[in-house]
Amino acid sequence: MTAPNPRPTGDDLANVRVGVVTFPGSLDDADAARAVRLAGGSPVMLWHGTHDLGGVDAVILPGGFSYGDYLRAGAIASFSPIMSEVIDAAKRGVPVLGICNGFQVLCESGLLPGALTRNAHLHFRNRDQRLRIEARTAWTNDFAEGAEIVVPVKNGEGRYVAAAADLDAVEAEGRVLARYVGGNPNGSSRDIAGVTDPTGRIVGLMPHPEHAVEELTGPSTDGLRFFTSILASLVGAGAGAAT
Amino acid sequence: MKIDTVKAAAQSPDHQQPYAALGLSSDEYHSIRDILGRRPTSAELAMYSVMWSEHCSYKSSKVHLRQFSDLPHSERLMVGIGENAGVVDIGDGYAVTFKAESHNHPSYVEPYQGAATGVGGIVRDILTMGARPIAVMDPLRFGPADAADTARVLPGVVAGVGGYGNCLGLPNIGGELVFDECYAGNPLVNVLCVGVMRHEDIKLARAPGPGNAVIIFGSRTGPDGIGGASILASETFDEEKPTKRPSVQVGDPFTEKLLIECCLEIFAAGLVVGIQDFGAAGLSCATTELASAGAGGMHVVLDEVPLRDQTMTCEEILMSESQERMCAIVEPDKVAAFLAICAKWEVLAAVIGTVNVSGRLTVEWRGEQIVDVPPRTVAHDGPVYERPLARPPDQDDLQANDPDRLARPASPYELRDTVLRMMSHPNLADKSWVTEQYDSYVRGNTVLSQPEDSGVLRIDEQTHRGIALSTDGNGRFGRLDPYAGAQLAVAEAYRNVAAAGATPIAITDCLNFGSPEQPGVMWQFSEAIHGIADACRGLGLPVTGGNVSFYNQTRNAAIHPTPVIGVLGVIDDVRLRLRHGFGRVAGEEIALLGDTRSEFGGSQWAGIVHGHLGGLPPTVDLAAEARLAGVLVRAAEQGWLTAAHDVSDGGLAATLTESVLRYGIGAQIGLPGDPFVALFSESAGRILVAGLSNGLAALEAACVETGVPITRLGTVGGEELTIEGVTTIPLGELRTAWTETLPGLFGAVTPP
Repeated sequence: MTAPNPRPTGDDLANVRVGVVTFPGSLDDADAARAVRLAGGSPVMLWHGTHDLGGVDAVILPGGFSYGDYLRAGAIASFSPIMSEVIDAAKRGVPVLGICNGFQVLCESGLLPGALTRNAHLHFRNRDQRLRIEARTAWTNDFAEGAEIVVPVKNGEGRYVAAAADLDAVEAEGRVLARYVGGNPNGSSRDIAGVTDPTGRIVGLMPHPEHAVEELTGPSTDGLRFFTSILASLVGAGAGAAT
Repeated sequence: MKIDTVKAAAQSPDHQQPYAALGLSSDEYHSIRDILGRRPTSAELAMYSVMWSEHCSYKSSKVHLRQFSDLPHSERLMVGIGENAGVVDIGDGYAVTFKAESHNHPSYVEPYQGAATGVGGIVRDILTMGARPIAVMDPLRFGPADAADTARVLPGVVAGVGGYGNCLGLPNIGGELVFDECYAGNPLVNVLCVGVMRHEDIKLARAPGPGNAVIIFGSRTGPDGIGGASILASETFDEEKPTKRPSVQVGDPFTEKLLIECCLEIFAAGLVVGIQDFGAAGLSCATTELASAGAGGMHVVLDEVPLRDQTMTCEEILMSESQERMCAIVEPDKVAAFLAICAKWEVLAAVIGTVNVSGRLTVEWRGEQIVDVPPRTVAHDGPVYERPLARPPDQDDLQANDPDRLARPASPYELRDTVLRMMSHPNLADKSWVTEQYDSYVRGNTVLSQPEDSGVLRIDEQTHRGIALSTDGNGRFGRLDPYAGAQLAVAEAYRNVAAAGATPIAITDCLNFGSPEQPGVMWQFSEAIHGIADACRGLGLPVTGGNVSFYNQTRNAAIHPTPVIGVLGVIDDVRLRLRHGFGRVAGEEIALLGDTRSEFGGSQWAGIVHGHLGGLPPTVDLAAEARLAGVLVRAAEQGWLTAAHDVSDGGLAATLTESVLRYGIGAQIGLPGDPFVALFSESAGRILVAGLSNGLAALEAACVETGVPITRLGTVGGEELTIEGVTTIPLGELRTAWTETLPGLFGAVTPP
């Protein structure tokens, strides 16, 4: 695969600050931060109970069980103090990636269409999953078109559902970020694993790219490209150089 | 409401108390009266009864467990038996704490919550040592896989282990799944947790410093897991109160996750001088253990304990086993900072008492004194029994029932059929149905997890230092010879750790047995302890702690003696770990390390094909195990090998199947000697390895040098498992046999 963006320098990348929100019950927050670091950026940990985004250039809502997934997965987190800032920032164009529980939070917040419900087979499911990347976004620019990758999927409530009209619109507008290939692990509608907003900046993905960033611990290093993609887009937009 | 005060107890010596219903013998009740010089109050009776129970006091096992303390001193052991969990030095200033615990009985009654709270309890034990919990493992045993009750118990247990552990963000890195008739009605749900900390961060369960505050934090105390206290309540107090209470506790992993992060922040800020979790026996246990290990005295105002149910009696509050609670001892000038961190994490906290030097634990409730006891007499001076033990009368017949008499497959067709039949048996089949319900990736440091021989975790991202862990046990071997069975469990876990390329350094145990009141069971227990102690002496490993679970029996039928052993290993560079799958690189050659003898006593073959359990288990050669481990660790360090896999349950046939199916690359094997023995014997001390030509040559030289037998078996490649002169099995056929069993039994998880 070739990277479409001109390669920014390491210093440019290191100047890009990517916030990772910790909610009570967030679990993959340290992993998301590690992925940002391995991609060359600077992770900034953000706390759910504040209104302070710390001037970050992008935000990641990590996996986990925010607020114990009580009520509905992601429902309580979507009303937390930090989320009002994330929603405002997203509307101003700050890129946001929601992974797993973070995807649930984005749907509950109304930033992305649809909802994530209990897996069709009712079990938590953890497996190395093949995905096809279908949309070019700020978070997926480094992938070749139609790239197939392997990253872990692990969730109990990962079944993507939406009204048929919404699904049709998402597909027609090219907003399917990724689809499950070689088996749908949770019964998601139309094998959808992730979606993007129309701008390509607000992105939700059920599988976990942050767990596929090192040969040693992941099934591949395919996930790293989500993080290099966002750093490159932000440097391209002047984020790294500006700071 | 009438309160049974200390004063009232002194004035009413003849008041009849329901000690028997609380599980105390007449002798035990009278020793309590002797200790106190009066009858106990009902609150005191509640405390003694839970703390002197088998579960808390180890009264039947204590005399035997002392053998573990007599093992030779280990430089690596930083905290030994007696604390919440042992602590081991793994180098570079890191300390690791690990321990397994059983939650067998609750999991039979209420599979999901029983298993979930089993995870919660052992995680708090590890946290209490000052460590960040970093992974769990779950050795599980059930009745026959096709039994109706297994279908009730297993899915709930697996969902409970996953539901709690996944929500805590702890990777599940391994375990066991065993089915045997003896566990019908007595499933074994053991959970191991491992944690890591810096040497200087080790915490102990003690309450030093008179004037220090006693703080309870975490969940509110509710009327769950009370068991016997309701007897006191219904007997002594008003009759309108509900007395039927759930005896199994209900877990809330979200609260525990907050408690973990809250505790670690409190530890890092240096705000506690002592810490204890609330496990079995709740407040009774935590307060008496903290006080007796510290300044000696403590005063507790029970009214300050945050309650979930305001109608609870003082006895119930003292006995409640509500989950997700901790007790900290905090210096007065640090209380405010402590409470501030709790507030940040939205963890409820309350100061409930003060440490003193009175030598007494005193508890007040509604302005009355309800407890006044020497804490040590509750926590440590419980009864100790030397229960009678006797070799079971059927042991000789069992051992004389030689598996050599069983009909063996002879023709190539029969051997092929036996391979497929065995690999599709629930004990040997693919365990993905279970392990896919567990998060193995969270925290991003899982280098190896199931189905590998060991779980391997990276501890330091810069130095690549890591640890390996394996849990093993074999009740069938234990039944035939509990001494050898326990040694085989130690040897297998030890070998599994070495097969990952790690050096084994310490063990923990989870001892599952029938009723200690049966002399035959006590004999099994005593033999098993001897076996573990001798194995540890032979292999140079300390026992860091453990857990005893008795009464795993239905009427007179006890489970097989099932000591489950967890072995911890250290690996200097996790990038050099060994995996079990063939075919990651082209051109691999295969060899078998160790000797294969005709050993079928207690084997999977005898059990699966003939329903047979008899004869003697495989022989144990600890010196050979140590040599084998030494060679494996050296081979890993030198990069000689591309794969390594322990040979155990199901013999070489199972090992080969797992290695070829891991990445879907086949092998061509030539078997030395009798192909049946070569394929299915369960001789100990063997590891199957693969490497490139140069690597295997170097390994061969090292084996000759150290006296480890090595036999070349063949090469890796193709889409079939070919056993020369016997059979060729396409991998697709083998995979179907191996993978369809558990989904077929417990429900497919492939959505439409």
